Amino acid sequence: MNKIIKYVLYDIVRNKIVVAYTLFLLLLSIGLFNLGGSPEKGLLSLLNLVLLTVPLISIVFGTTHFYNSYEFMELLVSQPIKRSKIFMSEYWGVSLSLSAAFLIGVGIPVLLFAPSATGLYLVLTGVFITFIFVALAFLASVITRDKAKGIGIALLLWFYFALIYDGIVLFILYSFADYPLEYATLALTALNPVDLGRVMVLLNLDISAMMGYTGALYKSIFGSMWGIGIALVVMVLWVLVPLMTSRRAFKRRDV
Amino acid sequence: MITIENLSKTYGKLTVLKDLTVRFGGGRVVSVIGPNGSGKTTMSKCILGMVLPDSGDIKMDGESVLKKYAYRSQIGYMPQIGKYPENMKIRQVIDMIRDIRKDAKTIDEELIGLYGLKDIYDKRMGSLSGGTKQKVSAALAFMFDPQVLILDEPTAGLDPISAEILKCKILKEKKKGKLILITSHIMSEVEEVADEVMCLVDGALKFHETIASIKQHTNEERLSRAIAKIMNEED
Repeated sequence: MNKIIKYVLYDIVRNKIVVAYTLFLLLLSIGLFNLGGSPEKGLLSLLNLVLLTVPLISIVFGTTHFYNSYEFMELLVSQPIKRSKIFMSEYWGVSLSLSAAFLIGVGIPVLLFAPSATGLYLVLTGVFITFIFVALAFLASVITRDKAKGIGIALLLWFYFALIYDGIVLFILYSFADYPLEYATLALTALNPVDLGRVMVLLNLDISAMMGYTGALYKSIFGSMWGIGIALVVMVLWVLVPLMTSRRAFKRRDV
Repeated sequence: MITIENLSKTYGKLTVLKDLTVRFGGGRVVSVIGPNGSGKTTMSKCILGMVLPDSGDIKMDGESVLKKYAYRSQIGYMPQIGKYPENMKIRQVIDMIRDIRKDAKTIDEELIGLYGLKDIYDKRMGSLSGGTKQKVSAALAFMFDPQVLILDEPTAGLDPISAEILKCKILKEKKKGKLILITSHIMSEVEEVADEVMCLVDGALKFHETIASIKQHTNEERLSRAIAKIMNEED
């Protein structure tokens, strides 16, 4: 597999988007840490921006890369290699390069300005979100051959997870405010990787004390190693489900 | 060498291949002819596993090739329109394919030499003309000494000299006992290189015969006339 990843990475490094993305994250993190005063505040603002931009960049870059690699994949499918190998090499190539950009752009500043468990969770969340949204991007790309449609689906997915979903959750909480909703909200959180990441980081910050009863419940769950473990398993599922679905579709389609 | 059994393929409502059954033996050049859209390219792509058939089977040396991949090391494919990653250089494309097919025993660089590809090794694929891309495709198809060659309209974009080089190469490889499938519309060319003609119409087999027997039973000297006669007769 490494052979093909090598060529995928070479192609990604050549077009300078990943380099620009790294610099953007680097500027963002250093800027926020210098503005915020305390490293905690810096982490908090960084978390909010990371949870908005990382999914967007990952899903848009993933989708465009997939469509732009069509010729490459077409050349390879007539060669003696498994289709799933071609697909997985593309996936690893894209997600590894974007994760590397994130680790350099956010990981290093966090290590310098706010080396703490919370910082670690932020970096971990960012890497997971990258892997998840590249998988969603590939899913959007195998659904349709039309590049414009594919990017449209990708953007819709981003809208849904980054913006619309929170609205839906608020609406549910508001409508059913008379009922005990602690475990329902917990389930709702697990259904959105962005929220899951946010909760995981927030609960390791001191401000979680202000989040009321639900916050306390969350804290008792996510505060323990056990809870974090479950959250990580859910994150892994969020990578595997779209990835395996799209790999299956890729194996069964005509080129 | 290759057996196709009851192969069917539809794209949505459009039926491209209808219950196609055909056998190809080694040491032959088979020309696949038929009107545009009769399923020639789809058939080749099915053999290569690029298009997955709805039903039927394809066997190579007695073994089904569906859902397999290793058998492709025995096939060289030259597509009708070669699509290559635009920002890769010729050298990189050739090196990459060579890297993938590392276990090939013999490397045949004859066409790279004859087409002078080494002189333009550092040009990007995106900047090449259609004909030059065809030359790269041809060089790649023959490079790993495969037992089966599938050439989809190989001479369509080539200049006469390059086309002649390719035809010589085809005849040379035939003598080594290889099976060579060529789709083509140019009858004079078919007559020159092919032993057998297989004709597809609307995804079904019209006929599959040797050139000599076609000429004989139509009483025509020229292949193009003979084929026109068969096509008109049965309409």
